[in-house]
Amino acid sequence: MTVPSWTDLNLGATLPAVMLAIGTTLLLLVDVFLPKERRNLTAWLAMGGLVVSFVLTLATFNQQTTALMDMFIGDTFSSFMNMIVLVAAALTILISIDYMNRTGSARGEFWSLLLLSTAGVMFMSSANDLVVIFVALELLSIPLYVMAAFRSNNAKSEESGMKYFVLGAFASAFFVYGAALVFGATGTTNLTEIFAAVSSISAEGGASLAYLLVGAGLIVVALGFKVAVVPFHMWTPDVYEGAPTPVTAFMSVGAKIGGFAALLRVLVSALPTLTAGQAPDPVWMNTVMIISGLTMIVGNFVAVSQTNLKRMLAYSSIAHAGYILMAVAAAADPAQADAAAKAALVYLLSYTFTNLGAFAVVAAVEKNDGTGTDITDLTGLARSRPILAAMMAVFMLSLTGIPLTAGFTGKWFIFQSSIDAGLFPLAIVGVLTSVVSAYYYVRIIVTMYLLDGAGDPAQGATRAVNLALYISLAGTLVLGLFPILATNLTQAVTLVASVAP
Amino acid sequence: MEMSGLSLLTVVLFMPMVGLTIVLFMNEEKQRNAIRWTTFGFTIATFLLSLLLWALHDPTNPGLQFVQRNDWLPSFGVSYYVGIDGIGLIMILLTTFIVPLAVLFSFTSHIFEERGREKLYYMFMLLLQWAMIGVFAAQDLVIFYIFWEVTLVPMYFLVGIWGGEQRVYAALKFFLYTMAGSILMLLAVLYVGSQANTFAVPEIVAAVQAGTLTFPFDGLFSTQSFLFLGFLIAFAIKVPIFPFHSWLPDAHVQAPTAGSVILAGVLLKMGTYGIIRFCLPMFPEASVAWAPVVGALGVIGIIYGAWVSYAQQDIKKLVAYSSVSHMGFVVIGIFALNAEGLQGATLQMVNHGVSTGGLFLLVGMLYERRHTKDINAYGGIWKALPFFGALSLIITLSSMGLPGLNGFVGEFTILLGTFGSQVLGFGFALFATLGVILAAIYMLYMFQKVFLGELDKEENKHLHPMNWKEVTVLVVVVIMIFWIGLQPSIWFDIMDSSTKSIVDGIAQVAPQITAMLR
Repeated sequence: MTVPSWTDLNLGATLPAVMLAIGTTLLLLVDVFLPKERRNLTAWLAMGGLVVSFVLTLATFNQQTTALMDMFIGDTFSSFMNMIVLVAAALTILISIDYMNRTGSARGEFWSLLLLSTAGVMFMSSANDLVVIFVALELLSIPLYVMAAFRSNNAKSEESGMKYFVLGAFASAFFVYGAALVFGATGTTNLTEIFAAVSSISAEGGASLAYLLVGAGLIVVALGFKVAVVPFHMWTPDVYEGAPTPVTAFMSVGAKIGGFAALLRVLVSALPTLTAGQAPDPVWMNTVMIISGLTMIVGNFVAVSQTNLKRMLAYSSIAHAGYILMAVAAAADPAQADAAAKAALVYLLSYTFTNLGAFAVVAAVEKNDGTGTDITDLTGLARSRPILAAMMAVFMLSLTGIPLTAGFTGKWFIFQSSIDAGLFPLAIVGVLTSVVSAYYYVRIIVTMYLLDGAGDPAQGATRAVNLALYISLAGTLVLGLFPILATNLTQAVTLVASVAP
Repeated sequence: MEMSGLSLLTVVLFMPMVGLTIVLFMNEEKQRNAIRWTTFGFTIATFLLSLLLWALHDPTNPGLQFVQRNDWLPSFGVSYYVGIDGIGLIMILLTTFIVPLAVLFSFTSHIFEERGREKLYYMFMLLLQWAMIGVFAAQDLVIFYIFWEVTLVPMYFLVGIWGGEQRVYAALKFFLYTMAGSILMLLAVLYVGSQANTFAVPEIVAAVQAGTLTFPFDGLFSTQSFLFLGFLIAFAIKVPIFPFHSWLPDAHVQAPTAGSVILAGVLLKMGTYGIIRFCLPMFPEASVAWAPVVGALGVIGIIYGAWVSYAQQDIKKLVAYSSVSHMGFVVIGIFALNAEGLQGATLQMVNHGVSTGGLFLLVGMLYERRHTKDINAYGGIWKALPFFGALSLIITLSSMGLPGLNGFVGEFTILLGTFGSQVLGFGFALFATLGVILAAIYMLYMFQKVFLGELDKEENKHLHPMNWKEVTVLVVVVIMIFWIGLQPSIWFDIMDSSTKSIVDGIAQVAPQITAMLR
């Protein structure tokens, strides 16, 4: 093996993610030397790191290149994913600063963990190798385990971290085993080379094909766990409820971005020809369709009966994973692969703004001891905090998919791609479960506007949280009114060609 | 894709939004009156501008006028595409006519004493008007869907915040019911768009008529039929066509008066308008094939609505069920699939908007005075308020379809169309005529119980007289009733060429039924 030269490494392409990782380690050092009363500075330094990475992402937005000896890929797809997760992390910082202080769980490490997890997502969206995906998966997950348990004096938070860790480790094991089997079948872990090998294995059949199928299945299970799809969703409600609200907010968005990036890369880029002799659709299409349908049904129906806001949003996030999975299923159709991937990207973007906004409202009404997150706690919010309530109403309508909000744009693109790919039953399940979802989202509006009550003072709505809310609101409305802004960014996304030799 | 300059239609459409923006920055406590009058001013300005649309409209041209088209999402083939033909113009005139009345009536309403939030109320009124005009102006399926779905939100809040006792239940039912229908339409919209490579309705219709775009049709259950039903069910829920009507009595009874007026006056028409604009031209074969089925549902609606209406003790519920009956006429008029039927249906939409809107105003005025909707609590109101009684009589007779008033012209034309129709025919007309008789029974029953008889209840003897706003609103309604009734040709002229071109379009695509349609 030859020693790679600097040009082979092509470090320039990796700068957005690498700079963030380096910045994070520096941040850990800086934090130690900061006096205790100035710890908030760490948060703002972390924000600076995100901004630098964001600028680098923009600078390299339209690149189409590989780096680190073909293990890392820099293309529009990863740039777009990076952008979303950086925005999500920045909004999370805004939501967290005062929250962590007032709940007595402020520690400098929190910000480094958040950035590490963000870097994990970025590496994941750029991974062109199963090993890199695994490392990135761990980089994304391990900080999240710690963050979930960050409220150290709270049993629920500890339970949340523990549960997430045990089940997450289990899922990682699935991934490693799956990757090993795929390596056994194809002799490589590189996605490009896997793609090249799959067609012939698929045509020949035999033991190699069996390994490949089982391996791919295990990988789907592991990533399905990360993005919380049925039946791998059991951990979600408890973890979401117990974790500090800003962490839940980030988890509900960041982990999904990373998970879906990897899922799209593995399934659409590397395994589109895994037909097992039943051309033209790849074998994973039906599996993904079934999981998607189940996820939408279970997520939406169980969300109806929730009384806790965070649990409700947990099930709602499961349901939304189902909608995104619908696009993954549509991407199995080679003619629709790129359009479907773009739909998934736009959905993730609109979901990010909307969901972070909703969680910001939850963080605003939450009491210092972690209570106050029941749906009934929102009673009369329209009277005590009319603007806050109006924003929450917009977020709920957006999650429902009402036009003029980002949620509609996302759903529209997803449904369009699934209809173009001919997945009518799945699309019908999708729209019907949307009606179910309207019930529990609109119930939040009912509680805020139609029920009489004193209304929560929403003491947590500090300036930083309000800023996060306004940004989320702006994102939600702008994407609803001018979807062209999002489609312009995803225009160059070509998932299939980016890997195909 | 062509770009075009600002059209007057866009100005009309966005007038309420300008008002909304101004009201948004007003202070609820200090500028209460200013908020009211700004809202009213903008709805009146919208009305005047829509009159200008009418003045500039060329009735001999069956096609779209006041067209404006700008790219919105070119990669998906979606553009901000608005324009109106004669039918669209009539619906927009109806909208801009009804909304100021509803706003003016709200000034004197007691609902704000209990529930407050007056500013929010008027903002929702303006938002609702914007979305309703948008529904009638949109010529792009996605833009249409957006406006269609947006009407849900303000109406939901109007019922939910300022409604009656059961408002939360009624509002949620309204929201879920309507959304369930419209989201299936979204799938049909997306499918049509992906087949046609555009969402522009005129282009899709032209392609269908030219035969370059076909949705396979071979019977009641085929691709075209499913698409037809995808649209139809959404519209049927809105109309509402029996058996999709169960949300309507709840929403109507619980809604505040202005909400009921707009609901009956305009929102229901969005459904029948949608059938005319989208179902018939885009899916001509399926429309013909399904016409007897939908026509039968229309007839059932006419009789069922009338029957149930008669059994009500709650005046508002009675009027609500009468809507089901009256809209049944519109439905059979449309599915007669000939020019008379379509023209009668379009005019009847206006008539129902004016008359039933008027009836809801009456009920609202009674309720403001007595705080009850129980029919037995009234009696002899004519003696207490003679002028009010006289106006009420005219509105009631109009709703019954008395010759010389507006209702008669519409119903008569529809029945004429149904008789002459080859797809519906004599039987449908016969049963529909029965509905006219039933309407006389339940309307007169209500009028008699409320206005005639002895003034024997103490509370009814000292009702405070009508204020000038109430007089204005009712007098305007009565003038419209007479105007349409005595000079129907003005209204038929507006839509004559447009309705004929729709009927011709169906005949052109379905040659095997051409003979039937003539």
